[in-house]
Amino acid sequence: MSAEGFRRELLKEGLLQDGGVAGVYHRSFTFEGIVRGVEALVSAAGGNEQHQQLFFSPVMARSTLVDSGYLTSFPDLIGTVSSFAGTEAELPVLLEKVNSGGKWDELLSPTEVTLCSSACHSIYPLVAGTPIPADGLRYEVQSFCFRHEPSSDPARMQSFRQHEFVYLGTEGRAREHREQWLQRGCDLLAGLGLSIEVVVANDPFFGRAGQLLAAGQREKALKYEIISPITSEVPGAISSANYHEDHFGESFGLSMVDGSVAHSACIGFGLERIALALLFKHGIDVDSWPAEIREALSLARDVHSAEPT
Amino acid sequence: MSDVDATIRKVLETHGRLPVSASALKDDDDLYQSGLSSHASVNVMLALEDAFDVEFPDALLRKGTFQSVAAIREALESLGVVVGPG
Repeated sequence: MSAEGFRRELLKEGLLQDGGVAGVYHRSFTFEGIVRGVEALVSAAGGNEQHQQLFFSPVMARSTLVDSGYLTSFPDLIGTVSSFAGTEAELPVLLEKVNSGGKWDELLSPTEVTLCSSACHSIYPLVAGTPIPADGLRYEVQSFCFRHEPSSDPARMQSFRQHEFVYLGTEGRAREHREQWLQRGCDLLAGLGLSIEVVVANDPFFGRAGQLLAAGQREKALKYEIISPITSEVPGAISSANYHEDHFGESFGLSMVDGSVAHSACIGFGLERIALALLFKHGIDVDSWPAEIREALSLARDVHSAEPT
Repeated sequence: MSDVDATIRKVLETHGRLPVSASALKDDDDLYQSGLSSHASVNVMLALEDAFDVEFPDALLRKGTFQSVAAIREALESLGVVVGPG
C-alpha cells in the first residue's frame, strides 16, 4: 500500500482528520489513546534511574533556537512566531491588507518565542550557569516540536511530539547513555511487533555546506535511527539516538564541576510516528489488534466514540 | 612552498579556528586532531572554493578531503588547480 492509500484509510476510519494544510492533522481520541500508551511504555523504560521529568511548553525562547544551532543548520525547518506590534494608528494599514487579501504578514514582527525545534533543546538553558555534578544529569522530557516540511504523508507532520531521555555529563557516560537507550528502544519497539532496523543516519543539514556536516556526522556515527515502515513499506525513522559530543555544552556554556565542557546524548521517540507504524503493522481497526499489544498499550475497547462521519 | 600551499594555509589560518598557527602545521598533520571542528571545516571549504574558484563536488564533501594540508592540495589538484613548484 502506498502512503497515500494508507492516509486515505486513516482519514476514512476517522483516526486522523485533515487540518486543511499539508502536514497538519487532528487526532481522534482513539489515535491519542495509542500515543499515550506508547508514551507510558517509553516512560516506563526509564526504569530505576532518577530523571528530572518535564513536559515542555510548545513554544520556547528565541535565544534557544539560536543557541542550539538549529537556526543556522536547518533554517528551512524552523517555525517562528510573529505578531502585530503596531499602534492603533497603524491598524488601518493592516486591516486594508487583510481585507484586500494582501500580504498582511509583512506587517507583523517576530515575538520573543519560537516553536520548539527539538524536545531536548529546552533543557540546556535550564542547566546553563550551574556546574554539572560528576555523575551527570538525566532528564526525561516531552514536547510538541515543529518542522516546516509540508507533506501529505502523515509520517511527516509539521507538528509532532518527541519523548526523550537525555544525559548531560562526561563523554564516556554520554556515549553509554546513547548505546543503552538504543538497545532499550529496539527492545520496546520490537516488543510491540514492529519490524525495526538500526541505521547510521544524519540530520538534514541545509545546503551544500550541510552535506559536509552530514558526512561528518555519519562518519562519526553520531546519529542512529531506529527505522520501521510507518505509512508504507518504505521504512522511516521512528526513534533516533544521538551523541552530541560537546556541541550543546559549548553553545549553552554547560560545564562540569571540574570545569570541563559537558557532553550530552539523547534518544527521542516520535510518538505520532510510532502510533502510525503500529496502525500500519497491526491494522486500522485497533479493536482487533493482538491482545498482548493492546494490553501493553493499555488500550480499552472503544465503546464511547461516535461513528466517524 | 607553492602558492597553492600558501593559500591553503592562509585559509586555514583565517577560517580554521585552530589553536595552532597554520604555518606550523606539517603537510600530513591531521587537521581534526589539531582542533579543526566540523563547523569550522565548512567555513574552510567555502573559503577554499572562493580562493581557488572551484566547487567541491558531492563526492569530495567528506571529512577526508580536509584531513590535512596534503589532502586539501590533492583534492584541489583533482579539480584542476595547478600546483606549481614548491
